[in-house]
Formats: sequence, C-alpha cells, structure tokens
Amino acid sequence: MKEYFVTIYKGVRSLLKGMKLTGYYFTHPREIKTEEYPDNRATLKMFDRFKGEVVMPHDEKNEHRCTGCQACEIACPNGTIKIITKQEIQPDGKKKKAIDTFVYHLELCTMCNLCVVACPSDAIVMAQTFEHSVYDKKQLKKVLNKPGSKIMEGVE
Amino acid sequence: MNLFLTISFSSIASSLHNWLTKTIGNLTMVQVTEMVLVGLSLLVFLVPLCFVLGYMERKVAAFMQIRLGPNRVGPKGTLQIVADTVKLLFKEGLTPNASDKFLFNLAPIIVVVTSMLVMAPIAFAKDFQLWDLNIGVLYVSSISSIGVIGILMAGWSSYNKYSLLGAMRSGAQIVSYELSVGLAIISIVILTGSLRMSDIVMSQANGWWIFKGHIPVFISFVIFLIASTAEINRAPFDLAEAEQELTAGFHTEYSGMKFAMFLLAEYINLFVVSAIGATLFLGGWMPFHISNWAGFNNVMDYLPSSIWFLGKTFFIIFIIMQFRWSFPRLRVDQLLTLEWKYLLPISMVNVILVTVMAIMGWHF
Repeated sequence: MKEYFVTIYKGVRSLLKGMKLTGYYFTHPREIKTEEYPDNRATLKMFDRFKGEVVMPHDEKNEHRCTGCQACEIACPNGTIKIITKQEIQPDGKKKKAIDTFVYHLELCTMCNLCVVACPSDAIVMAQTFEHSVYDKKQLKKVLNKPGSKIMEGVE
Repeated sequence: MNLFLTISFSSIASSLHNWLTKTIGNLTMVQVTEMVLVGLSLLVFLVPLCFVLGYMERKVAAFMQIRLGPNRVGPKGTLQIVADTVKLLFKEGLTPNASDKFLFNLAPIIVVVTSMLVMAPIAFAKDFQLWDLNIGVLYVSSISSIGVIGILMAGWSSYNKYSLLGAMRSGAQIVSYELSVGLAIISIVILTGSLRMSDIVMSQANGWWIFKGHIPVFISFVIFLIASTAEINRAPFDLAEAEQELTAGFHTEYSGMKFAMFLLAEYINLFVVSAIGATLFLGGWMPFHISNWAGFNNVMDYLPSSIWFLGKTFFIIFIIMQFRWSFPRLRVDQLLTLEWKYLLPISMVNVILVTVMAIMGWHF
C-alpha cells in the first residue's frame, strides 16, 4: 500500500520536472539553437573544431611550413593529397627537397583530419569554411601552396 | 459607449429572430433558417480556430524543443498553415482498392461531425450558447464517445494492418479513459447539483470550482486533464497513431481532404475538451474575482466574457500541448495500468470525498 503512493509521488514529481524544463525553454526564447543560415551569413561563425577543408597557412612573407615530407600523402586514406617535389639548391651548394605543388582534391576529402595529425611541422590545418558547392568538379582541385612561396626559416 | 455595453448576444439573437419571423412568417421555416445560420457560424468559427491551433501547436512545439518553428510563409510563419491547407486541397483523395469504400469515405465525416456536435452545449460567452439543454454535461460525455466509432470504421475499412491496430488501440484507450473523465465531471455535477452548462457556470459566480472545491476538485481537475488528453488521442497517449510503430495508425491510408478532416477533428476535439475543462473547473466565462477586492473585481468585469472563456480554454490547450512535448509515449500495458490501477481508484475515492464535502457544505 505504501509502495502505491510512493510510485504516484515519484511519477508526479518526475512529470512535473519534465514540464518545468519544457516550460523553461518555452519562456526563454534566448535558448533557441536554430541558425537561420542564409540570413545570418555575415555574422555566422563556425566553431573551432569544425573541419571544413584543408588549408596551408602562409605568413606575411609568403612563407609556409611544408617541408615536402609527404607524410600527409601517405596518411590520407583516399588519395586526396598529391605532393610534387623538386630539388632546390641551397646557397651553400647542398641540394634540398622542397614542394613544387601541393595538390588537394576537395572532392575526395572526407575531412577525417588524419593528414593534419600526421604532419610533423604543422604545415596544414583544417579551415572553418563550408560553402564548397561549385558547378564543375575541376574547381574542387586546389593547389594549397601560394605561387612563389617558399619554406619558412628554421623548419626542417 | 453605454449602448455598446448594453448590447448582449441574447439581444442580437432575439432581434434576428424577430426579423426572420417578420420576413419569412412560417415558423418552421424560421427555425430551419436559424439552424442553418447557427451551423454556418459554427463552421466559420471552427476553420480559423483550427488554423490558429495548428500554428500554435507548431510554435509551442518548436519553442519547447529549442527551435524556431515555421517562420518563412507570411509574417512569423503565420500563413504556413494556409499553405498546408492549399497543398492538402490539391492532393488526390486516394481510396485503396481493397478497402471497404463506403465505410472508408464515411469515417472522416463521422469523426468530424461528432466532434462538431459536442460544441453545441458549450457556453462561449454570457448568454451565448448554441443549445442550453438540461443534460449538457451528459450530452457531451455521450457524444464524444461516438467519435471512436469513426476511428474504428477508418481502421477497419482501410484494409491495412497498421490502421486496424491503431483503431483497436484507440478503442481500448477511449473505452478505458471515458470512466475517469466521467468521474471527474461527476464531481463537479455533485457540487453544482445540475447537468445544465449554464447552471454550472452560474454556480461559479462567487469563485471558480478549482478554488472553491479545495484539494478534491483539484485532483479531479488533474485527472480530467490526463484522461481527456488520452481521450482525444494526443501524445503521450497517441498510441492510435504512433508514428514509429504504426506509420500513422488509423489514418495511414487517408490522403488529401479526407486526411485533413481527421486533422480538423483532432483540433476541434482539443478545443472542445479544453472548453469543457474551462467551463467545469475554471468558471467558463466568469471573470476572475477575489472576494472583498471590489476595485479589482470591477476591473476584471470590464473584460468581455468571451475573452475570459477563450483565455481559459487556450490556457488548458497550452497545458495539453506542453504534455505532448514533455512526455514520452506510453506503452499499451502502461496505458492500461495508468487508467485501471491509478486514475480510476483515485477518482472513485475522490468522488466520495467530493460527495461528503457537498453534503456537509465544506466548500465555499
């Protein structure tokens, strides 16, 4: 008999708890999570861990951190990255491997982040852009190193 | 201004009646004309009501789920429901080949007609009632249970196992929860001593029953809310149309306007149930009064009675909508346990309590 009333009490309490939460959300429109996307393009900011595409950051002297080690190319599960290297002659006469073109096929990329993890010199990062739609597949093939760029001092 | 205040619904009705008698002459024809007018005004009231309720439901649902809801068609999405209606109008009203075609097409009509019939004894405002019959409450509870026949008809004639299962569930559910609704209503009938709707409203002139009747009436109000939510097949008691299990339950095979009629019936039922709850427990069109606060009471009297009635009704509608978006759906066995093990015994004991209270005159 006691158990009967205890179940009623517990049931009513948990139901009221649920109604309190929905009532709170109803009276606090500020909690609404919906993004009205095309309207808020100007102010929309994606969160830091969002993976939109692979980019290679360049500094103001047009220098990147890629040594051309091809670790990312090996790490990529579906052949998204293709690195073409060249031999550069240093001022002291030694030859050194450097990148010629860093080809990135966005149409093949699954944003798995393995290339960024594999990179020993933090040359590539994931960007927060996401509006990638184009009418021609060829436009999705991107060269990440900017023309005329070279490797940063001190990155081996 | 003074003239405006003295015009009441009854004076409008009687002047219309006099005018009709003068112009038509034949009393039978006058009565027929008046019935047609009443039916038309009911329809004219119901369709915008369903639009409002549909919009309200979607917005309430959205806010409770931290969403925005419809906001593209019209200002703040208010015309969304019009767009949906136009879409339903253009759709093909398909009748499955293997179905019982007569019953299949009859079922939505029966469901809508029964839910509209229940509107008759509801007092919308002071002296504004379609039919103030002396067994109003009994009429409501008996007519509202006919609706299940339409649902069973729809499920049976669709020749679809989902429809049949949904209809059967709905039948079991409505038959069970009718008892609790009836007992909750009876507790008010005991206190009032009358089944007439206008008497019940007038008995609350010095305070609504939910305040006058202490805890027993509050308990019966809660039981009424729960059981009537079950009776109109709304979540968390929407086993009859449980989407995840039965696609759409008894109206799986319906499309176009026939489906829209089920939707219309659902919203009319929601309104009717809330209106009856407001009439019985929250004083119908009676304004909110606190005894001895003459100034406050006068201010409250200035609000028109229809506003009071609609406000209370929409308050209960909101609570029922909040039920829908707060609670998960019950299993069939849980549904029957809730009724037969909890609601029915509690409401039986409660009726005895209310009876004792009424005999001893313990209520205000």
